[in-house]
Amino acid sequence: MNAVTIPDFHQTIPIDKVGVEERMARLNKRSIKKESKLQGLKLALSMIDLTTLEGKDSEGKIIQLCNKARTPYTPMPDLPTVAAVCVYPNLVDAAKKALRGTTIKVASVAAAFPSGMARLKDKLEDTRYAIDQGADEIDMVISRGEFLKGNYSYIFDEIAAIKEACGEVHLKVILETGELETYENVRKASDIAMYAGADFIKTSTGKIQPAATQPVTMIMLEAIRDFYRNTGQMVGMKPAGGIRKAKEALQYLVLVKETLGAAWLTPQWFRIGASSLTNDLLMQIVKQETGVYQSINYFSND
Amino acid sequence: MSDRIEVLKTYKTYVGGKFPRSESDRTYKITDPKGKQIANACRCTRKDVRDAVVAARSAFNEWSNRSAYNRGQILYRIAEMLEDRKDQFVKELEKSGTKSKEAMKQVEASIDRIIYFAGWTDKLSQVFGTVNPVASPHFNFSSPDATGVAGIIAPDEAPLLSAVSLIAPVLSGGNTCILLASEKNPLPLVSFGEVIHASDVPGGVVNILTGHHSEMVDHLSAHMDVNAVFNTTAEKETRKLIDENASISVKRVTHYPETDWFNEKHENPYLILEFMETKTTWHPVGN
Repeated sequence: MNAVTIPDFHQTIPIDKVGVEERMARLNKRSIKKESKLQGLKLALSMIDLTTLEGKDSEGKIIQLCNKARTPYTPMPDLPTVAAVCVYPNLVDAAKKALRGTTIKVASVAAAFPSGMARLKDKLEDTRYAIDQGADEIDMVISRGEFLKGNYSYIFDEIAAIKEACGEVHLKVILETGELETYENVRKASDIAMYAGADFIKTSTGKIQPAATQPVTMIMLEAIRDFYRNTGQMVGMKPAGGIRKAKEALQYLVLVKETLGAAWLTPQWFRIGASSLTNDLLMQIVKQETGVYQSINYFSND
Repeated sequence: MSDRIEVLKTYKTYVGGKFPRSESDRTYKITDPKGKQIANACRCTRKDVRDAVVAARSAFNEWSNRSAYNRGQILYRIAEMLEDRKDQFVKELEKSGTKSKEAMKQVEASIDRIIYFAGWTDKLSQVFGTVNPVASPHFNFSSPDATGVAGIIAPDEAPLLSAVSLIAPVLSGGNTCILLASEKNPLPLVSFGEVIHASDVPGGVVNILTGHHSEMVDHLSAHMDVNAVFNTTAEKETRKLIDENASISVKRVTHYPETDWFNEKHENPYLILEFMETKTTWHPVGN
């Protein structure tokens, strides 16, 4: 980060709300059919962070989820696997074991997820624990309270400290956009996260409504684009929460392509945090291959 | 003496408790027997079928878990509402060429038919459920259970009465349905959607699509999430298509190529059983 000047985060980058929403509506009208639809569905499947973040999760549930990750649909063994599974730190070990022999990553939420209400010391401890357990990626959430107070340097330092604890492990920074109130704040939080060292920025924890929305994703993608122009570094994007339908997944892919270009259209730079989306993608893939509309009853729950 | 051009109503579909237009944005002309256009109706496509199946599936749990008694009340309520709007339906039937007397007869028969099936909802498992003697210390009993989502292909004859005669047995057992309304005379059916909407029937339990059956039957009968097909088409090719498609997910298929819908034989509990699965429970008992 030596040659790069960190911008003044107290400056607000204005966002044209109407413009964003209109552009979004226009992109959503794009029709993707037949062969390209099938390719898009498979690409989306390969970008999923298959997620379970519930208080009732157990090792058994994780093993089941990992089986789904390895073999999304048994009758079609050639389908891509998902990119990663995303679990709580104490279940990372179970996930690691269940995914042995595959390239599927294990992502762990950490740093007092989902509220982020803890001392930095505890957050670092939490992060180190997840990494010790074998997590390949860490999903942390920013302190929204401090952010809304305008305490931007606190946010910056916290992310930087956690990134330092992560070392080579990928850090995804969750902005929890549903609590940031304005588009300008989303943009600002994106910038802070990226300049502080995030490898990925992510919309939501999935615990707060609204979770991922397309306008918010577009603003974050534009922040990534501007960051790339200023620093030459690529940062990944992960919308998470509330994406359930294959059609929406394709719309997100269009959005990425139109904002960042094809270089970002790989699981390395774009992920979708979801669980029920997987089965909808599978149903649409089977529909494309057989011409017959599918029923959820024929697809395994994760 | 004005040169006013009459506004022709475009009848919409009824899906998931709402009245959307066809996803395709297409319509087709509905004419009276003399060939004069009387209205427009939506020309639905496979995508409307898909949306309707999603609506019917998501309504299924709620509807089938209602108490049989409550389902009976709701069916009875449909009959009440229909009684209330008798004149409108008579007018609509007249428009499409049914004689006044005949139209009134048809509406009244429709009301009576709904009431007949409303009565059966809470008697079905009493009459058709069984306690089975078994050679082990088990209490063993069977009862009919709703099969799920049914696709109904309605005929052109007596458009209101025939559709009601098909919908009522399917609903009374606790199933949800997608009705492909008569191609020629769908108007009273679309209005019937409004009656259902006003009768405490949860959205998605009944879905009514209009358009060319040839564009929808294939997708409806092949859809993996449809559990039964109730077909009135006598045409061989269509029947074969339905049979073949149904075999993919082993659907229940009932071919019912009737023409006389006033016949009392349509008031028959065995029709309900066509859309029921038998659930048998083994309950251990001590001796």
